[in-house]
Amino acid sequence: MLLIDIIPNKCDFCGCCVGVCPEDAIELKEAEIKIDENLCTNCSKCVWACPIEVLKFNKERLVNKNR
Amino acid sequence: MKSEYDVIVVGGGPAGSMAARFAAEQGVSVIMLEKDRDIGYPVRCGEAVSKAGIEEFIKPDDVFISTTIDKFAMISPDGTEVVIPLEQSGFILERRIFDYELAKQAASYGVEIITRAYVNGLIIEDGKVCGVKYEYKGEQQEMRSKVVIAADGVESRIGRWAGIKTHIDFRDMESCTQVTAANIDVDSSTLYFYFGKDVAPEGYFWIFPKRNNSANIGLGVSGAIGKKTSSQTYLNKFMSEHYPNAPILTKIAGGVPSSITLEKISAPGIILVGDAARQVNPLSGGGIVSGMIGGKIGGTIVGEAIKQNNLNHILTYDKAWAERLGKRHEIFGRIKDTIYNLSDEKYNSIAHAISKVPMQKRSLGNVFKIALFNKPSLLIDIAKVFLIK
Repeated sequence: MLLIDIIPNKCDFCGCCVGVCPEDAIELKEAEIKIDENLCTNCSKCVWACPIEVLKFNKERLVNKNR
Repeated sequence: MKSEYDVIVVGGGPAGSMAARFAAEQGVSVIMLEKDRDIGYPVRCGEAVSKAGIEEFIKPDDVFISTTIDKFAMISPDGTEVVIPLEQSGFILERRIFDYELAKQAASYGVEIITRAYVNGLIIEDGKVCGVKYEYKGEQQEMRSKVVIAADGVESRIGRWAGIKTHIDFRDMESCTQVTAANIDVDSSTLYFYFGKDVAPEGYFWIFPKRNNSANIGLGVSGAIGKKTSSQTYLNKFMSEHYPNAPILTKIAGGVPSSITLEKISAPGIILVGDAARQVNPLSGGGIVSGMIGGKIGGTIVGEAIKQNNLNHILTYDKAWAERLGKRHEIFGRIKDTIYNLSDEKYNSIAHAISKVPMQKRSLGNVFKIALFNKPSLLIDIAKVFLIK
């Protein structure tokens, strides 16, 4: 289950997240960023590398899942 | 546009344009594909370069030069500012125009260019890259080549598709934010660097002056810091403390891969140049000139390989790069690890020590010598890169 959220309309398309993604799970087109949930392992490196807090690790979704 | 070229360059930044130009100079057919609508946009960079660095490629011109730099100011955590004259002058560029000029230069050598062509896959046959898959005008298409040159920037994925490990450790990604602001009253020929854990932990905060009292103001933080506090938080704090009313002309984010060059930057049918190859000076974070040099070396070798009908020749690119700059970047990497981990007290004492040195005796080499006085092994590195000309 994908636990990384992308806050809409906030991304500046700088590419930090793609550069650190070990799974090649992030795609950055001209003005569009996408995470492939089949490849993403929720490692959160993209979250830490994002300079402007576009990506968030969604803890609640994890809690809800485990309930 | 044809369906087959000798060389396909992916990415229209400085490294891509120079790779394309130098390949075309060897008399082979070259096309450059840019994913964005415009070459040179969006800018994701502090725009500082050395004069000598760009002169190897293009005649300096006021069209793309905003200001000329001849001094470096270090501001320590306690606010001590020391100015150091630079032995080599530099420029703050207008990247939007600079990148355009480089692409036009490539075009003058016969390179074809298309924008809004988004490469999303490689054609690989018998373990060799034979072209790209790309989206253009809403349609999925293919284009074949003898060699692909990946100049696809910090967000590079093309190398991975060819089996090269290109992702970097999150601690080596300098996540940058920057504003270009107006009404910034700084000296227009000085680069300002602020150090300390409150302004830019494990890195530096910069003010690079641009024309008419504007300036690029920003910082990069490593992923290790970003884990707790984002780059943007530090920038907002600095702006509210120093320039709360400055009009903001642009606000950008960008990533600097501050590791040394990738272990491998070529494979059958493909080479990587610029940020995609992580050809950035790890100490300064500067990647424009080093990317152009990577592009020149790579483009030339690729052109020669095709002309001589010996595609294995492209595999000599790794060594050629290492000899021109790669090994030097390893030295810069070692210096970086120490310099950016100094304590606030140490930065203060360095600034105080420099302030006692007469202006005409100050140099960057001396600053590093003072900073690394207790690290004899690094002093040898400093001597190698700063003092021996």
